[in-house]
This record gives sequence, structure tokens and C-alpha cells, in this order.
Amino acid sequence: MGTSNRKPHIVGVGQSEYTKWGGIKDRSQFQVTAEAIVSAVRDAGLKVTDIDGFTSFSNDTNHAPLMQVALGVPELRYSAMVWGGGGGGSCGAISLACAAIESGQADVVVAYRGLCQGQGQRFGLFGGDRPHSSFIFPYGLFAPAQMLAPLVQRFMHDYPIKPEHLAEIALNARANANRNPNAVMGGKELTKEQYFASRWIAEPLRLYDCCLETDGAAAVVITTKERARDLESKSVEILAAAHGSGTGWGTGPLGSHNMPTETYCSTNNRRIAKELFAKAGLTPADIDVAQIYDHFSGLVLMALEDFGFCGKGESGAFVEEGNIRWKGGKLPINTSGGQLSEAYVHGVNLMIEGVRQLRGQSTSQVENAETCLVTSGLGTSPSGAIILGRS
Amino acid sequence: MPYFPETMPQPTPVMYEADFWNACKEKHLRFQSCADCGQLRHPPTPICPHCHSTNIKWVDAPEEAEVFSFTVVHHASHPAVKSKLPYVVGILTFEGMDGVRLVSNVTDIPTDQVKIGMKVKIWWDDIGDGNFVPRFRPVESK
Repeated sequence: MGTSNRKPHIVGVGQSEYTKWGGIKDRSQFQVTAEAIVSAVRDAGLKVTDIDGFTSFSNDTNHAPLMQVALGVPELRYSAMVWGGGGGGSCGAISLACAAIESGQADVVVAYRGLCQGQGQRFGLFGGDRPHSSFIFPYGLFAPAQMLAPLVQRFMHDYPIKPEHLAEIALNARANANRNPNAVMGGKELTKEQYFASRWIAEPLRLYDCCLETDGAAAVVITTKERARDLESKSVEILAAAHGSGTGWGTGPLGSHNMPTETYCSTNNRRIAKELFAKAGLTPADIDVAQIYDHFSGLVLMALEDFGFCGKGESGAFVEEGNIRWKGGKLPINTSGGQLSEAYVHGVNLMIEGVRQLRGQSTSQVENAETCLVTSGLGTSPSGAIILGRS
Repeated sequence: MPYFPETMPQPTPVMYEADFWNACKEKHLRFQSCADCGQLRHPPTPICPHCHSTNIKWVDAPEEAEVFSFTVVHHASHPAVKSKLPYVVGILTFEGMDGVRLVSNVTDIPTDQVKIGMKVKIWWDDIGDGNFVPRFRPVESK
């Protein structure tokens, strides 16, 4: 991302408490989000009045113009939103922030997401407005788990992917969450027996293959390399950020599944992965730890393939060999517990964990971690990813 | 009796989707194609993504389809489906219609017997007020 003094760095992260959906009753979602932003700015060692940009995604209802008023930001120079629902735009919000920082349109941008499902719509339930809903609702395709399950079904049909491999994604997330006191499922252990005894949601996805429904908010502060140098906080360099979509995915899994056959069993990230590694000047082998968007276990397996950590159809064997585990794994993933077991803040919690890893502050710290891949929501349009580096 | 109870969300087509559902009223499954370059597309869109013509021709689909993928839904995300759990949502393809997939239900089969590659045949579900929704059952069954 260039070598200038404007190279974007994450200098602060902030989050609310994470609770089960409906757990935050004493404050509005907007307030919780505002608090997360303030906390991120303080973590950076900056003042709220230093903010001059906001980015978000997923039609976040905590509107930036209102956030400016609520927080007393004197001049907003940049505010932008990534199209698309779900978490697909999480890394896109970082891309937008990077574009603003590098081009000089803003100096301190906060990327944020506030999502208290107890105060709004529960994503696991029918909700009024989806593109081309006439072609899915009359058949009972209502919620993301049902919509993405056919990708996993076809994936398991075409490649040697077994139920045990889906289980490994869920069990790894829970084991990591058990070390993270802020994780919603931090205190609850999950055994393989419990996993296989859990109810089906949408075959081949069981209860524990599906992310949590939670209340929470999370924010990250991005500024220039030059500015980052003067701060006391430990900054993390954004080595690359990319987002976008292949053709057909806009009416893909969350619509009528009309994406190209060659990419059906994928996360819509193959081109993005190439662009990302090229920008960062790295290869998949250079990545020390990854936070892979885990709305549904099966898509995490596909992401391991799309981002080149193993070959097509080899993700099952890859996880079976223990490669994603915190201790001894080649590529520990979702070290905070991810969205299966920490919280579901549309992936901003995954970015925060990425920063913690490179600051040496994770509760499942990977020794000497220097690079971390973080992805957006998978199988959506857009999707995306960022690579963070220790600076 | 419709397959799902009448509280089930029904098609609410936008302008360029209406002809799809109008054909369904006559029990015809038709997909949109470009009248100029012949490119098939689904769901309906207002302009050809290949040649950008707005001229549309509706093409009849075969009665039989193949299960490209599917899910068995066990969780009622809407109260209307509670009595139908578990039900099958299939992603269906049609011979000679590359690029088109249809989301529909596969009915009249135990859910553990649904397989990718299985041949299914259309049946029309009368949802009332002259509207019909295409659903599918295995070719072998009645």
C-alpha cells in the first residue's frame, strides 16, 4: 500500500461488552456503538476531536452524521458505507478508510459496527427485505444459515469434506473462546459428543456450525504511519486490504444461487486473495495467524482453500491434522473464539483480535506473530480481506 | 391445500419480475432470456448483462430438473413453516439452460433420501387468488 508516510495503520481498538442477544438492556445500540468508538480512540492515545472520518458497512443504522453530533466531532471530512448486507463489507470498510487515509481525504478514520440483535432484527429469523425475495421466501429460504447450507452440501459432495471437519471449526473456536474472558461462550466447554448431539439448523449445518446471535459493538481507528509514530499506542500496519465480488454473487447464496458453477463451492474471494497477497508482497505461507469469518463452519473450510493455505478440497485434511489449533498448528485461526464462540459483531471483533495478536495481547497468543489475515463475511457480495503486519 | 400454510410469505414481484409470476399463473415455468443475444438469466433483471439490450424473450423450462444442491431445513425461521419441518429447499438446474438455477422445494420424499444429481419433476402448488408456485418431486414418484 505504498511506502509513504501516509501508509495506513490501525492505532486503536475498542469494543463493548459482548452478550447473548437481548443482553444489553440498559443502553441503546447507538450508545453502545458510541462508547466503543470512544474506547478505540482512547486506546489509540488520540482524542475524539481528532476523528475526521467514519466508515461502516451492512447498512449500519448508527449513522455517521448522527455519530458526529453525539461525539462532538468538529469536522467530518469523510464518511462512507460499503454496500451489501451481512458481514461481507467488514474489510471493505477498512479498504475505504485506507483509501481516505492514503489520498489525504482524512487523517483519523474510525471503522465501526454496532449490532445489538436484541434491539433490532434477529438474523436467524425471517426479515422483510432481501433482494429477489420473491424467488426464495415462498420456498422457505429465509435466513443466512439456510441460504449458505446448500454451498456446504455441494462442497461436501464434490470434495472429501466430512462432518468431523465442520466439527473441528466449531471445536477450535470454542477452545479458544474458553481462554477469552470476554467471549460470550467463554465459560462453556464444547465436546465433540455435544457437537454431534446438537440439533440440525439446516443440513449439513448443526447448531454449533452457526454463529452466535449477540449484542455488541466494535471499532478500530486508522491513521497515517506518520501520525502512528507519534502515538504511545502499539500500532499495526495494514499491509493490504481488498474487497469486491465475482460476477453473479449479488444474486448468489443470499438470493437465488445463480453464481458461476466454477465458483459455487467458494467464498467469493479467489481473485481478492490474489490481489491481497500481491499488494502485501506475501504468500499464504507467510501468514502466522488468521481470523476467518465464521458465520458458518463450512465456509471457513472453503476460505482456507480460497486464500491458498491448502489446495482445493484439501481443507478437511488440513484441519484434521491440527493445523488451525492454537498450539502446534501451522495456521491458528479464530483465536478469540470467533463468531461461533466470542461474539457476532459482523467481523469487526475479528479485526480487533487480529490487532491483539500483533500487539502480543491475545488470550491465545501465537508466539512472535508478525502477520495476520482477517476476512470479511464469506460467500457474500462483496467479500474481502485484510492483511495486518506488526510494525 | 397449499404446501405451506397461507401465512407463508408469497411472491411480491417488482416490475421486471412480474412476467415470471404471470406465467406461473398459467402453470408455465419460464426464464428470461435476451431477445437479441439469447443469454438466459435468472432471477429476472431489467437489462441483459451480456449485450445490454432491454428486449426480453421468455423461454419455457423443461418439466424436469436436476438437484444441484439442497438443504434440509429443521429450524422454523418463520412461524408458517413450523408444521412442515423438516422440509427440503433444492437448488435446481435444467438441461439446456446453462447459467440458470432455481430455488424451489423438493417434496414427496423422505428428507434423508434427497440426493445431489437426483431428477425431479415440476408440480404446481395452488396458493390461492389464481397464483401458483412451482415445486418439485422426484421423477419416480406419482
